[in-house]
Amino acid sequence: MLYREAGDFKTTYAKDNQTFPIKFDRMGYYTALVVAFLVIPFVINDYWANAILLPFLIYAIAALGLNILVGYCGQVSLGTGGFMAVGAYACYKLMTSMPEVNIFFHIIISGGITAFVCVLFGLPSLRIKGFYLAVATLAAQFFLVWLFNRVPWFYNYSASGQINAPERTVFGIEITGPNTEAWATYLFCLVFLVASALIARNLTRGMAGRKWMAIRDMDIAAEIIGVNPLKAKMTAFAASGFFVGISGALFFSVYLGAVEVGEAFGINKSFLVLFMIIIGGLGSIFGSFAGAAFLVLLPVVLKIVGVDWLGWPTDMVAHLQLVIVGGLIILFLILEPHGLAQLWRVTKQKLRLWPFPH
Amino acid sequence: MNAQAESYVTDDGRTIGPTVMEMKNITLRFGGVKAITDISFDIREGEIRAIIGPNGAGKSSMLNVISGFYVPQEGEVWYKGKKRPPMKPYQVAQQGIARTFQNIALFEGMTVLDNVMTGRIRQMQSGLFSQALWKGKAEKEEVANREQVEKIIDFLEIQHIRKTPVGRLPYGLKKRVELARALAAEPSILLLDEPMAGMNVEEKEDMSRFILDVNDEFGTTIALIEHDMGVVMDLSDRVVVMDYGKKIGDGTPDEVRNNQDVIDAYLGVAHD
Repeated sequence: MLYREAGDFKTTYAKDNQTFPIKFDRMGYYTALVVAFLVIPFVINDYWANAILLPFLIYAIAALGLNILVGYCGQVSLGTGGFMAVGAYACYKLMTSMPEVNIFFHIIISGGITAFVCVLFGLPSLRIKGFYLAVATLAAQFFLVWLFNRVPWFYNYSASGQINAPERTVFGIEITGPNTEAWATYLFCLVFLVASALIARNLTRGMAGRKWMAIRDMDIAAEIIGVNPLKAKMTAFAASGFFVGISGALFFSVYLGAVEVGEAFGINKSFLVLFMIIIGGLGSIFGSFAGAAFLVLLPVVLKIVGVDWLGWPTDMVAHLQLVIVGGLIILFLILEPHGLAQLWRVTKQKLRLWPFPH
Repeated sequence: MNAQAESYVTDDGRTIGPTVMEMKNITLRFGGVKAITDISFDIREGEIRAIIGPNGAGKSSMLNVISGFYVPQEGEVWYKGKKRPPMKPYQVAQQGIARTFQNIALFEGMTVLDNVMTGRIRQMQSGLFSQALWKGKAEKEEVANREQVEKIIDFLEIQHIRKTPVGRLPYGLKKRVELARALAAEPSILLLDEPMAGMNVEEKEDMSRFILDVNDEFGTTIALIEHDMGVVMDLSDRVVVMDYGKKIGDGTPDEVRNNQDVIDAYLGVAHD
């Protein structure tokens, strides 16, 4: 009864174009923003920040980026881990070589550098698609990890081969390093996530998004009606790389603090983010959030239920998690290829008419 | 063949302008197979020009040459008085040539509105940064072009399915959405590849009416391929007849109907 568009007249095209056309949705969105910015920072503690909120915020940015490439433009990528590593190492080099610049800008520039690298590795997409492109991006994944392992310049010739985030502040508050406060890192990542989501939404509802989707749905028809396939694919790779790079930079500098590239940005990371968007919903901004939340929360919930309540051994719960994620992916691919986002859409459709069936 | 400069008025009061596109001695080969052999014809501004012929005559290949999808081995394409250099299909589209496909080529995952908006690529040129912030040029452009698109949506009577994903629509409506997408580009030449394939009589009548209305209201030049002889003879101003990749007839519907070669191609010849 509450959730409906009847009586909510759109008198301009600008209003019809807005992100949340239904008033109830808009209210929900503003409420979520208020809670995220004004409530959570006051109740957050280290456990919540490190186990749930920071990984969710950072993976959601990566999922947004990958969703632009895979969900909107239809170019399969298995190189997300490698591209996150580019963001992380770019951020590390910037932080150590230009300490006087604020880390906020370091992270944005890292996104830009990753966008450039992503475009380079996206060039084969002009000739190949589908499985073959997936293999080409897989090569990017292994090459980039190898590069950061083997070229000492990237880790400033440190003996361990690791990179460590030096202490940096924003407005005098520590964001990176060992002495950070949970609320500060949380807010820092939240700002990036909200900005990324807004930009991603604007890109996908405008002409850029339509070009990407046209390429995804039928590339030959897209070219014949005037889409330049080179430009459309490269902008998708660039936008995707930008977000993935930002998430990699945040993952390294704010969340982990110290990174060994093969461990933090291995092929598993690529698959994790890919699973997020498959479960969340390909071609949906909301789906990127839902998928990231789902795969971040699943291990935590399983651990609480399995280890704390039922008293199962830890390793069994860890294995169970792999089984459940694998099973869910198969289930989603068969039953709901558009993921959680589609389930949400169907629910909303039903809500519009509730309590009447038609 | 010289480009005709002077315009004339048809029986039903439409003005047919000078030549806008001219195909000169086009030959297209796929390996050893000649799909098109030495064909020349012209398209004049504001007219409905039909290309007909039996299956495999090379009609669709001809359309693909015009839209830049195939590059002919010999011959020249002249467009708006200039010889067209070899170019990619998207560049041809940017020059104002829009088309529909024999087998519908819509973007199934997008809504009708998004499909038709995609047709306006030529008019929407704002940069990526402006779009990312949804401010300035991008926002204005979106609203201004939406108005134009809504006019076309009204014109083709597809308002009720505006926000429906194209994948869920029936065949006849998809054909109409595809026409809308092509029209949204405000093309100088609209190429229709079998706009009435697979339709029943009623849908054919609807589609014919839309084609005539488009030509009449927007003055769009239309080149179409069609199998239904009744439709072609009723709609078109001039007809090119192809058979086995060669041109066997060219002229008004009446001239073509009485052309012996055309009758032979369609009805067969007695061999004695």
